[in-house]
Amino acid sequence: MDKVIEVHNLTKRFGSFAAVDAISFSVDKGEIFGFLGANGAGKTTAMRMLCGLSYPSEGSGRVAGFDVMTEGERIKRRIGYMSQRFSLYEDLTVFENMQLFGGIYGMDDSRIKRRSAELLERVRFSGHRDDIVGSLPLGWKQKLAFLVATMHDPEIVFLDEPTGGVDPITRRQFWMMIREASSAGTTMFVTTHYMDEAEYCDRVSIMVDGRIKALDSPEALKRAYGAASMNEVFVKLCR
Amino acid sequence: MGCLKYLLRKEFTQFRRNKFLPRLVFVFPIVVMLIVPLIANMDVKGVNIALVDSDHSEVSSRLVSHLDASPYFKVKMVTPDYNAAWRLLEEGRADIIVSLPEGFERGMFSGDTPKVKVDANAVNATKSGLGSQYVIMTIVSALSEIAGESGRSVSPDPVSVRYYYNETLDYRFYMIPAFMIILVLMVCCFIPALNVVLEKEKGTIEQINVTPVSKFEFTLGKLIPYWLIGIVVLTEGILTAGFVYGLWPEGSILAIYLAAILFAFAMSGFAIIIANGSDTMQQSIFVLFFFVMIFMLMSGLLTPLGSMPQWARGITVVFPPRYFVEIMRAVYLKGASVAELGVDYLALAAFAAVFGLIAALTYKKQG
Repeated sequence: MDKVIEVHNLTKRFGSFAAVDAISFSVDKGEIFGFLGANGAGKTTAMRMLCGLSYPSEGSGRVAGFDVMTEGERIKRRIGYMSQRFSLYEDLTVFENMQLFGGIYGMDDSRIKRRSAELLERVRFSGHRDDIVGSLPLGWKQKLAFLVATMHDPEIVFLDEPTGGVDPITRRQFWMMIREASSAGTTMFVTTHYMDEAEYCDRVSIMVDGRIKALDSPEALKRAYGAASMNEVFVKLCR
Repeated sequence: MGCLKYLLRKEFTQFRRNKFLPRLVFVFPIVVMLIVPLIANMDVKGVNIALVDSDHSEVSSRLVSHLDASPYFKVKMVTPDYNAAWRLLEEGRADIIVSLPEGFERGMFSGDTPKVKVDANAVNATKSGLGSQYVIMTIVSALSEIAGESGRSVSPDPVSVRYYYNETLDYRFYMIPAFMIILVLMVCCFIPALNVVLEKEKGTIEQINVTPVSKFEFTLGKLIPYWLIGIVVLTEGILTAGFVYGLWPEGSILAIYLAAILFAFAMSGFAIIIANGSDTMQQSIFVLFFFVMIFMLMSGLLTPLGSMPQWARGITVVFPPRYFVEIMRAVYLKGASVAELGVDYLALAAFAAVFGLIAALTYKKQG
């Protein structure tokens, strides 16, 4: 299997505090990798280093074959990213947002049109193509953010708590979208603190206080900790 | 990469949808241009005088020493050649030319009315207005002193004054180009800075930072729209000044727009540098306000550079508005050309290039 993400002792310090403390792991191509942890465990900080948004303080890592320290801009060409905080333009329409980001990734007008129509059709949202994003409910905003992150067919998609604050039905749809993308060969790197969602992942890592405490498939973790659910695994690890 | 097109399209769509900005850009300049504040009276010292002495008499040399002794004047040149004095005035090194005609002394004592000619550069209305009044008073008192010694009196109206470039000596005409400059300065400083900081506060910049967009393209995408808005604001100013006050530029309109394009670009670049270093709106506004205030006070907008102390004048060299002020007044009132103001244009172009470059370099995509 190709390793699309490889990380060794990756560390991020803010002053004397290590938000991410020497984590090492790797992610295979096409995998759904769950990056779990409590609030403040360092998930977002770690993900931002992998996306070229933040420089690591120590350690090394390669994403899509490029160094996270020196080749951030080349990594950005290969990845899609959905931030924890909704960060598309609320005063633009659904299509205008897709057009902007498609254009930035070098897609031309006709390809943007085709691709956005195809994506909106897939989530049955074509009728809202010209709605102002600010007027959409949160669940739909999140779905749109997902579509924009996958607009340019990236090799790896980073999703930072994509299901935060959305209803259970939308969450389920979200995970169906994630599975679909993964079966098409895209690597999905997902952070969450909903432990039931971990069951959808091929492998999960559990971060506690900036360190990775466990990393395996959900079944293997449940066996190892003698737990009935991922929730129990998490509670045992954090105590 | 051709993504600049998409970045610009996004900026213009956002501008159009904004409830406040289009109104600001279209209403604010006209309102400001209509409410030109009252004349501020300024004391004038150190008026530079070029004296054309065609008489070479005892009276004329006594007049020179009288003028030189006054705290209001500096006699820069005493010459028989009027053209030499005029050149000094054109170069801005003399404010007023005092001409004593040939046969002045003889005429004075033979009862003929001797005429002293005073030419004043009225681009700076206050300086020329008050300055020439002082010149007249000094000459009249000197002449009556001299006449008194020989037991005669001089005619009560020995002097005629003519103001050049701003013949009606209207303070408004001096200030209107300044108000246009203030408008362009405000719009090109505050709007782009707030736009960039708003992207930071809303978090939308994060989604941009994670794309491969180049720093230069992103920065140009921010500079170009505000640069165009600066030109729109200037155009409104020019039209209001023309139709309401009857003040149209003496020089070429292209010279004005060329300067405005460079100036607007330099100031938007400056604003984006400040925005790149700010995390919040408050921070960027206060820092910008500090600079805008200094620019307004120290660029010759409200008070002439010539009345500043030498050290302060030295500092103004690094203020881009200073050059724009110089160009606007010279083109508007004197009808100067781009070639005559070459140094000022070059300075503005250099500021535009350097600020634009620094703006792109200080934009941090990875922290």
